[in-house]
Amino acid sequence: MRDLTDRGLDTAASRGATYADVRIVRRLDESIAVKSSRVEGVASGESEGFGVRVLVDGAWGFASSYRLEPAEVDRVAAEAVRIARASATALRRPVVLDDRPPAHGSYESRVQEDPFGVPLETKIGDLLAADQAMKRVTGIAFTESTYAAQREWKTFAASDGSFTEQTITHVGSAVEANAVEGDEHQRRSYPDNGGGWQAAGYEYIRGLDLIGHAEEYAEEAVALLSAPQCPPGRRTVVLDPSQLYMQVHESCGHPTELDRVYGTEASYAGTSFLTTDKLDEGFRYGSDLVTIVADATVPGGMGSFGWDDEGVAAQAVPLVRNGIFSGYLTSRETAPRIGRRSGGAMRADGWNRIPLIRMTNINLLPVDGMSLDDIVADTDDGLYLAQCRSWSIDDRRLNFQFATEVAYEISGGKKGRLLKNPTYTGITYELWRSCDAIGDASSYRMLGTPNCGKGEPGQIGHVGHAVSGARFRDVQVGVLG
Amino acid sequence: VGGSREDAQTDWLATAQRAVGLASAAGASEAEALVTADHAQLTRFANSEIHQNVAETSAHLNLRFVIGKRVGVASTGRLDDEGLRQVVDRAATIARNVEELADWGGLPEPDGREIRTLPGAFAAATAESSPEQRAEAVRAVIAAADEAGVVAYGSFATTTEHIAVANSREVGALQARTWSQLITVSMGPDGGTGYAESAAVDATTIDAERLGREAAEKARATANARSVDPGDYPVVLEEYAVVDLMDMLGYLGFSALAVQEERSFVEIGKRIGSDLVTIVDDGEDPAGLPMAFDYEGVAKRRIALVEQGVCAGVVYDAQTAARDGVRSTGHGLPAPNPYGPFPLNMLMDGGSTPREELVGGLDRGLLVTRFHYTNPVHQKMAIVTGMTRDGTFLVEDGQIVAPVRNLRFTQSYLDALAGVASVSRERRTLKGFLGGVVVPALRIEAFTFTGATEH
Repeated sequence: MRDLTDRGLDTAASRGATYADVRIVRRLDESIAVKSSRVEGVASGESEGFGVRVLVDGAWGFASSYRLEPAEVDRVAAEAVRIARASATALRRPVVLDDRPPAHGSYESRVQEDPFGVPLETKIGDLLAADQAMKRVTGIAFTESTYAAQREWKTFAASDGSFTEQTITHVGSAVEANAVEGDEHQRRSYPDNGGGWQAAGYEYIRGLDLIGHAEEYAEEAVALLSAPQCPPGRRTVVLDPSQLYMQVHESCGHPTELDRVYGTEASYAGTSFLTTDKLDEGFRYGSDLVTIVADATVPGGMGSFGWDDEGVAAQAVPLVRNGIFSGYLTSRETAPRIGRRSGGAMRADGWNRIPLIRMTNINLLPVDGMSLDDIVADTDDGLYLAQCRSWSIDDRRLNFQFATEVAYEISGGKKGRLLKNPTYTGITYELWRSCDAIGDASSYRMLGTPNCGKGEPGQIGHVGHAVSGARFRDVQVGVLG
Repeated sequence: VGGSREDAQTDWLATAQRAVGLASAAGASEAEALVTADHAQLTRFANSEIHQNVAETSAHLNLRFVIGKRVGVASTGRLDDEGLRQVVDRAATIARNVEELADWGGLPEPDGREIRTLPGAFAAATAESSPEQRAEAVRAVIAAADEAGVVAYGSFATTTEHIAVANSREVGALQARTWSQLITVSMGPDGGTGYAESAAVDATTIDAERLGREAAEKARATANARSVDPGDYPVVLEEYAVVDLMDMLGYLGFSALAVQEERSFVEIGKRIGSDLVTIVDDGEDPAGLPMAFDYEGVAKRRIALVEQGVCAGVVYDAQTAARDGVRSTGHGLPAPNPYGPFPLNMLMDGGSTPREELVGGLDRGLLVTRFHYTNPVHQKMAIVTGMTRDGTFLVEDGQIVAPVRNLRFTQSYLDALAGVASVSRERRTLKGFLGGVVVPALRIEAFTFTGATEH
């Protein structure tokens, strides 16, 4: 690989690049989809290529190709330089990168049981058994079960002498039971409708015990059909980790991306209400209990790595400390503008995309004192909301609305009857300021989403979120018409 | 400019046929290879300068290897002989390990209809477009923003795509397509924002300066927006918002798989819209971004989805068609595809009302430029939530009286279709979730807004 990366860097430099980096990425993925107890699709994919990113006259250019050949490396590096020169014709603020020590070394995410080494028939059999357990439940209309694994080998080289190699493996699996009656369609999924992903091996899939949860979730989907509608009103809500992680993702993860703050996602995903003046003034984002950290170093998180995609070492960056907004997800280009060093959050979706500021693992730290069960027991009247079903948030990440698969009434400190079609809505900082309890470490677990979209052309990110569950007061709960 | 010379000279159909031959030799009773080869370029701008600027040369082969009724799918970005041999091995291994699909209908056969090259699907000007040309267009958008005292954001994309499908039942199809899209958001000094977009097969037909002016003028007009209370309002939806209706209805209901799984709102003959609503999917219509055949190599049929408000049809791929005992309509996506077929070329009929007169039909209502971050809340009722963005206005007595802060809606898109009271004569070609969409602007009698935000 080194001969190809050297060639790309040399060509870029000889054409006039003042900075260049080359990434060679090979990605292997495998997926299994089971629908209503039949194997609907099994796929195996492989993709390989390289991308060259250059700075010329303070402007960026990037080109990429699937042909890993010396002549193509020359062509692509030259194309990147030409593109950068075109960028320079509409440039107002030349790019300045922060200093960082050259990166050297290798990194491999922890895998006990190689998911690509487990026989296909075993993986299919495990998934099918869980799906069949759901399908056996009377009243289930259809079921869906998924398994997927992805492994990336990444080589990064930059004109400052950096050279790193990383191997990162992610796996995920989930089961979903659907019950339909007339216009009513209810579903329950475990562990997460996005797939319950981690940076791990097949041992994580075994640990999910899909088959052990299948029947319970299917029965709940059927029960939801005849459950009462969740009534509207201002309520106390307790968010299960399966919902809370999405609340963190949408209302803390995205608005703390510093590129959004500077407008570079304005034409697509939007901007952010967390403008830099709020960092300077110590904006109160949440209650004193709320501490949120972007941590790329935790094992198991899909946002963990050795170095980001511009060679900055993994680190833990506080975003909210005891309720006060205290940091951003940053890059080498954006961090100097707030007087900081890059927090190492630049990640690219494969060889054919530039790195963007992405979430790493955005974790809401647990709080000693009350377990999640204690929080329920401490709640006289409220709702326990679990499993994200639908999400939407405005372009500055203020007004959100989530639907969850299920609400359980909390009365006198006990979880009671099911309520269907729950939704809740609010303004980001008002919700987090109303947080008066966060679960302790006993329910703290790493979740994540494998489908975080950002950028043009579109990129899909794998990001992690560790949460324990939390309680919020006076939240607007709605109902479907 | 146009990617690697080797790619420009490659016969992608021959590559697909070579893979099918290797699969047949390895014991496949049926085999299909789909090759997609792209040269895609995108220039992105923000704060009135180019900040990202990228190009990609890619090729990908997707192989379906069938043994009886057992199907394995594997894909690769390595299209040399060794890469093809490996992908055949992986697909074969999968096919040998999966159970039979009891209702497997087989790969598509040629259905006697000629797969025609659609001259309107490809423009040499797009295929040959350069980073310098894109930068020139971006500078025109920025100049319009500068003149209006606002800041420009957006992107200009040009893509050339080759699609080749070959299978062991003698399907062999090759098409070259181009598309381009320019979008821009303008932001003004007093919180105003505006939006404009255009998509076209030929990038040189996109008028960057006009789009820049449209977004800039709207950003000026939305400065110092005021709050209005959530509630039910009659609305005029600009084309940029109507695209979301098409995308969501396509995703939630217009697919045969959604009907087969009983999660679709579609029942043939059921009224879901007012008489003014007619929606078709037509891969050949040059008003859109044409496509001759689908990712299974089946020529696209024109499908009426909604005719004068009444559900008229859904789109099929080979597998859903086999289940219903009909022929594929040419709407298959690459395998494996748990989402089922999808209408990639939706067009909504224009009406009789000049676009600028739609607002005149509102006594008191809202003009909405576009939607943001929409998501279904209830699939079967097509209830969707999302935000307005980049230009929302209060209209009284047929006149725009003030810009308003953005609102959240929670609305059945079916009820929205039922409430369509006027349709603009003019239509725009835009890029939808997966394909090109041609839509008019609409006046709708009631739309439910359920929340508000601070800007």
